[in-house]
Amino acid sequence: MNGKELIARRIAGELKDGFYVNLGIGLPTMIAACVPAGIEVVFQSENGLLGIGPPPAPDQEDPDLINAGKQPVTTLPGSSFFGSDQAFAMIRGGHMNMSILGAMQVSCRGDLANWTIPGKMVKGMGGAMDLVASAARVIVAMEHNAKDGAPKIVEECSLPLTGKRVVHDIVTELGWFHVSADGLVVEEIAEGVTKDDIEHRTGCQVYFSRHLRPMLPS
Amino acid sequence: MTIMLGGFGLCGIPENLIAAVIRKGVKGLHTISNNMGVDGFGMGLMLEAGMIASHIGSYVGENRLLEKLVIAGELHLTLIPQGTLAERIRAGGAGIPAFYVPAGAGTIVAEGKEVRDFDGKPHLMERALRADVSLIKAWKADRHGNLVYQKTARNFNPAMATAAELTIVEVEELVEPGELDPDEVMTPGIFVNRVVVGPEFKKPIEYRFIKEQGER
Repeated sequence: MNGKELIARRIAGELKDGFYVNLGIGLPTMIAACVPAGIEVVFQSENGLLGIGPPPAPDQEDPDLINAGKQPVTTLPGSSFFGSDQAFAMIRGGHMNMSILGAMQVSCRGDLANWTIPGKMVKGMGGAMDLVASAARVIVAMEHNAKDGAPKIVEECSLPLTGKRVVHDIVTELGWFHVSADGLVVEEIAEGVTKDDIEHRTGCQVYFSRHLRPMLPS
Repeated sequence: MTIMLGGFGLCGIPENLIAAVIRKGVKGLHTISNNMGVDGFGMGLMLEAGMIASHIGSYVGENRLLEKLVIAGELHLTLIPQGTLAERIRAGGAGIPAFYVPAGAGTIVAEGKEVRDFDGKPHLMERALRADVSLIKAWKADRHGNLVYQKTARNFNPAMATAAELTIVEVEELVEPGELDPDEVMTPGIFVNRVVVGPEFKKPIEYRFIKEQGER
């Protein structure tokens, strides 16, 4: 199992029957395929779909039916369509249970930066700022370090923020990090990873939980 | 002139009306749309034709030309959270001049905006958005302008249909009054001023699932 798969399968273990969940583009999208057997989770796509089905066969693609990553998807029994304003009423109005996003940087206080690099990248925040400002539990799913090895979990984000003090948990291939009022707490550690590894590859002070557990895929 | 254009990515965009605007050759447009098409399709064609002076949207990552123009300072781009964009348009159509949302508090989006705490959380005051013209894509319409959208091609279209002085809709099928069940009408005709049947719909698909699901 590679790191991304471990992250997706561990976060899937947090899903509960009846949850409404929004998955960000990229790594978080992999979680849809990892829902534990026996529970039903409804995934929302903020472009106007509740109940995202699996990708269609190549000859069954419908250009009028896409997810927020602009990929063709399908519906499921019980799916519904709606407009963008209603999609964000669900998000802003606190009707969603969980929002899982990727990140470029997260601070130990839960500040999130995932939308722009000044002077370099002009893309936009899409729905990310609305999602993290909502009442749902916000989990960041990301690789622990940037491609050049730089820490992505930092004392203060140097990139423009998506939201301030909005992240509840961070899951990487190294472990599970909980943003608490007292600092960043390592709750779980992945197989073959040491406390030293985590300290060396993280850009802020971390505290290891007294109940530190191994991080296992669901 | 300010123009709103419906669509999310290339899904539910008024592709025939975009072609008509390009044929007209107007310049200096201020556009409001969630995205900016892609290089070579949708609003990307308006950009290539040099018609757009400024743009308000939430995500424009699929358009390299736009990125170049913005970095060079040749196009004024305002990026705002997608839900705030949708609600500003809805408010514009509903006669609500301003409202408060939590999205963007503590970020650069908050710059210059009134911040007010509600229930212990900071909120930004956001103003309604309106346009001179809205270009809308629907699936079906009748002669009263009652509209039905198809699947996720609905997105920003119903909100934008309400928020302009002149709302022009392109449809795949025009039907007679009475053929749409009043219960299925998604945008009542009062919001719609013109309906045209699109001669052709290319509807390209932007991304396909490749390798791992969700990886582009």
